[in-house]
Amino acid sequence: MMEHTVKAFDDDIGELRGLIAHMGGLAESAIEASMVALRRHDLEAAQRIIDGDKEIDALETEVEKLAIRLIALRAPMADDLREVVAALKIAGVVERIGDYAKNIARRVPAIDDRGHIEPLSLLPAMASMATDMVHDVLDAFAARDPEKAVHVCEQDRAVDDFYNSIFRTLVTFMMENPKSISQAAHMLFIAKNLERVGDHATNVAEMVYYAATGEYMGERETGDTVPIMGN
Amino acid sequence: MEHLFTWRVIIALGLSAICALIGLALGASTASALIALIGAGAAVLVAAPSPDLPGMESVRAPLPPPPPQEPTDPPASEILEAVAEPVLIVAHNRVFRANSSACALLGRHIVGEDVRLAIRHPAAAEHLLNTDPGRSMDPIHLVGLGTREQRWEMRVHQAGAKIRIVHLIERTGNYAAERMRVDFVANASHELRTPLASILGFIETLRDGAGEEADTRERFLKVMFDEAVRMQRLIDDLMSLSRIEAEKYRAPDAEVDLNAVIEEVCAELRGSHDPRANDLDCRSGKCPKIRGDRAQLSQLLHNIIGNAMKYGRPDTPIRITLRADGDTMARLSVADEGEGVDPDHLVRLTERFYRVDSGRSRAMGGTGLGLAIVKHIVERHRGRLDIASTPGKGTTVTVLLPLAMSSQRNADETHSPEITS
Repeated sequence: MMEHTVKAFDDDIGELRGLIAHMGGLAESAIEASMVALRRHDLEAAQRIIDGDKEIDALETEVEKLAIRLIALRAPMADDLREVVAALKIAGVVERIGDYAKNIARRVPAIDDRGHIEPLSLLPAMASMATDMVHDVLDAFAARDPEKAVHVCEQDRAVDDFYNSIFRTLVTFMMENPKSISQAAHMLFIAKNLERVGDHATNVAEMVYYAATGEYMGERETGDTVPIMGN
Repeated sequence: MEHLFTWRVIIALGLSAICALIGLALGASTASALIALIGAGAAVLVAAPSPDLPGMESVRAPLPPPPPQEPTDPPASEILEAVAEPVLIVAHNRVFRANSSACALLGRHIVGEDVRLAIRHPAAAEHLLNTDPGRSMDPIHLVGLGTREQRWEMRVHQAGAKIRIVHLIERTGNYAAERMRVDFVANASHELRTPLASILGFIETLRDGAGEEADTRERFLKVMFDEAVRMQRLIDDLMSLSRIEAEKYRAPDAEVDLNAVIEEVCAELRGSHDPRANDLDCRSGKCPKIRGDRAQLSQLLHNIIGNAMKYGRPDTPIRITLRADGDTMARLSVADEGEGVDPDHLVRLTERFYRVDSGRSRAMGGTGLGLAIVKHIVERHRGRLDIASTPGKGTTVTVLLPLAMSSQRNADETHSPEITS
């Protein structure tokens, strides 16, 4: 990116991007930590994740303030404007990803595994796919790399498929084990949260693509997220 | 510094003054004489050599040689590039400079960006943004920088008020080694405890009165004996493994006739009353002596052929072949016809205590260390181990071992030394 005559403008944009990277790093590690807490049934770690979400929220407010100040004071044009608008939107999405991590952490006390809920072992694999997407999209954002952003969108299909297969497995599990139906329902929500994380990573990817190229990424072919059961 | 008006200059000025006076006496106008005087004086002053010019050196004492130049610091970018680990210079929370390994790890784009964007890790961001002077400067550990499994230690050095030097040191290998060590200790103690638990159980049962009946007592004692033998075998294996590892930097120096070792091992196995021993098919071809350790090679053959006997189908041949492979290597291969090994397991076969089917391996009396020992022996011999397997068909283990040098071989033939180790 070219340097601006007003050096303070570059500093502000750098600060904005730094804040988003910070948020992204926090959200990414919150998802990972929530899965570890779930696997180990670690209530303290879960509580730490729930508390940590406030930090992400605070950062989002900071991004918003800075972006609005930038627009008001510097009246950015062209790619600078796209950069600021994309940053504003990305911050909102990353905050949502943090919320999903918090939501997963909230469900940790409700799922006491003791090794008898077999589908629980599928969730970490799905989580690692979703966090990979978040990681990659933040890399794409840092590098302003539109190709990498497109690649992230392609990964979303696999997460959706994974979700569908977990959905089927869990519904079967519920039919066979009515006693643990509430735990299985919580797991279903966790799987859904992870699937949403993947979707949000795609949203970020679209904005990264837009900020870098000035064009909208073509309408993606979306996977069938609601599996139809019963036949 | 030498004065400008040396005696030569004074004489020249004097001469020009005399010339001007003569000109005046001969009738030139005062003005022209003055012009000539001033011009000549100026010419003399211009022509007067400055004391530093080389022309003066002949009349002056030679200068002392210039003092040797103090080595100057190379530019910071050169120093950064010389460091193999990623190093970043951060000024005002922005990456001011990054060496090429930092760019390789974090991406080319990081220079000029916010440091949080470059190192996207919550712990790192917290550490780097904290400007409290009393904060701890201890290194922190970052997991998942680069790829998910990579682990880094981040050290931050404060250079001036707003400049920091961030140094990343990879710790992935250390972590893996540490985990392997913990796994090994856990596995070894588990493997040792299993037979011990069964011996203790039987002793207790015998004490409680089961020993009254001769048949039961005999049966129990046999089980206890077998378990004790298994434990002994395991300890023997662990000891030989540690012995081979201790020697791994010293290549064996004796010369061994591998054909003789193969025949010896086959004879031993045939004498062990194992029904599979009759299926051994030794086809030792002509092969020069190799450089090796006879006892270890015998152990290697016992382990490889033992595996083939255990896992091959009954009544199928076990082919042992030996031949020279080029001028420098001997190729030993042991092929069985059995279930073979799935490719997924193949890469991990030489890990300690790794078993494809642990129940079956234990039932066969395996310790889980056989192929680990084989690998270490081959490594110590500077050889190559290759395991090829087709599920459903069988497995072929091939070992390449370096031949003894030809010149020494000739010398040995004349002296024919007894090779022992």
